[in-house]
Amino acid sequence: MSDQVTFRGGGFAPKRVRGLGVLVFVLLIAFAEWGTRSGMISALTLPRPSDVLGTFVELWQSGGLFKHLLPSLSRLAVGATLGVIAGVSVGVMIGLFAYARAGLVPLVAAIFPIPKIALLPLFVIWFGIDEASKYALIAFGTFTPTVVATYAAVDNVDRTLIRMGQSFGLTWWSIVRKIVLPGAMPGILSGLRISLNIAIILLVAAEMLGAQYGVGAYILEAGSLYDLERLFAGVVILSVLGVAVSSVIGMVERRLLRWRV
Amino acid sequence: MDLKLDAVTHRYSDVDVLRDISLDIPSGKITCIVGPSGCGKSTLLRLLGGLEKPTEGAVRQVGSPPEGCLNALTYVFQDFALLPWRTVEGNVALVLEDHKLPDQAAIIADVLARTRLTDFAGALPKQLSGGMKQRVAIARALAVNPAVMLMDEPLSALDSQTRELLMDDLVGLWTKQPFTAVYVTHNLAEAVRLGHRIVVLSRRPGEVREIVEIDTALDERAHGDAGLEAQQQYLWGLMREEAAAADAELMNV
Repeated sequence: MSDQVTFRGGGFAPKRVRGLGVLVFVLLIAFAEWGTRSGMISALTLPRPSDVLGTFVELWQSGGLFKHLLPSLSRLAVGATLGVIAGVSVGVMIGLFAYARAGLVPLVAAIFPIPKIALLPLFVIWFGIDEASKYALIAFGTFTPTVVATYAAVDNVDRTLIRMGQSFGLTWWSIVRKIVLPGAMPGILSGLRISLNIAIILLVAAEMLGAQYGVGAYILEAGSLYDLERLFAGVVILSVLGVAVSSVIGMVERRLLRWRV
Repeated sequence: MDLKLDAVTHRYSDVDVLRDISLDIPSGKITCIVGPSGCGKSTLLRLLGGLEKPTEGAVRQVGSPPEGCLNALTYVFQDFALLPWRTVEGNVALVLEDHKLPDQAAIIADVLARTRLTDFAGALPKQLSGGMKQRVAIARALAVNPAVMLMDEPLSALDSQTRELLMDDLVGLWTKQPFTAVYVTHNLAEAVRLGHRIVVLSRRPGEVREIVEIDTALDERAHGDAGLEAQQQYLWGLMREEAAAADAELMNV
């Protein structure tokens, strides 16, 4: 008897598969298009994808797209930057100092589950109805997940490397800058994937009050008029933003984390 | 510069790890410390370099470190402790950057040449074999021109062939330019190849059991030398029972 030995290894290792992600989108959209055309899905349930595309093209041609997109992007950029910088700083402090950890971890745990949208009126009172309250809301929303990801990442930095730094007489600041921060970078970046998406979610919330232009304002207006085509055109913009953020982080990871095995 | 242990006793909570150890580390020689597992060899090394404080007694430096010494007591770790995000060159530069030296590039070039790593200056640690990683760590230690090198089982993570090659490298480095080292190991073959003095510790609590001096010059000790073999047998005779007892003890913990 000479049976071939059965192969039972393989798997459990992520590989890059090109094009499959796009295919899933195409199939879903094609299904919606087919369903709405054949009448299986009623026009009230879901707008027809081709109509959404038409609305989108119209929005672009009228110049409305950039009128809405640019204010949103700047709110997102300013708010997320503030939140991420504050979050990484506080997270590193919690990771490094016992007092900061003991004092701040419960506070972060307490503010993490608050829906930041609920605090919008408060921010309007504190920072005014203009841009500042929108920045604050987005910053606050990105802050907590960034803190949690950062201090977990700092905790995971290889202690033997820190001991090595100490044994060579490196200054405290050198150890933080050259050993702790690069070592925590993988964890910080994967935290950013979450916190930047939360920033996009909060963008819509921030534009609920006192925003004439912005993707969020556009979606909310369409929603209150039950204009599903425009609503979906706005939602698509947010999705594209999400995909863009994710691929930018992916690029940054490939660049900064080339050293990883 | 010599190092001196003065009646050092060390405890973790209420377990005595080291008891009443007095020892001189003479400069220009390699002092090996051997002993059964769990006897406190590595703890002793951590005390010597100031990474831990002795419960009783003191570790003293006698004399001043040599000129141009940037870090008198310098470790070489068993697990290499290289920064994976820095190249070979960058890992050596790490320990020099804080000193803002005008000739940093020259120092790096010199130590990389001495450890035969010049061609790999731009490689990342993940691209290197274990033996090369440890040579980078040795280059990094040499770069700060240490008074005493504290080597914690530096070859234990390597396979036996690489270990032979690295021992030859260390002998070559020492012969060209003698350095002072404390070399902790559980491998008696390494101890008799590299040690001018071999300190045998007893099992926990570690005490100095015997100090063996080997007079043969380092570069005359070859692999499989009969005299060394005899020394190694002698050391093993000293340790054998205790090693067995230490082994049994671990199971009861």
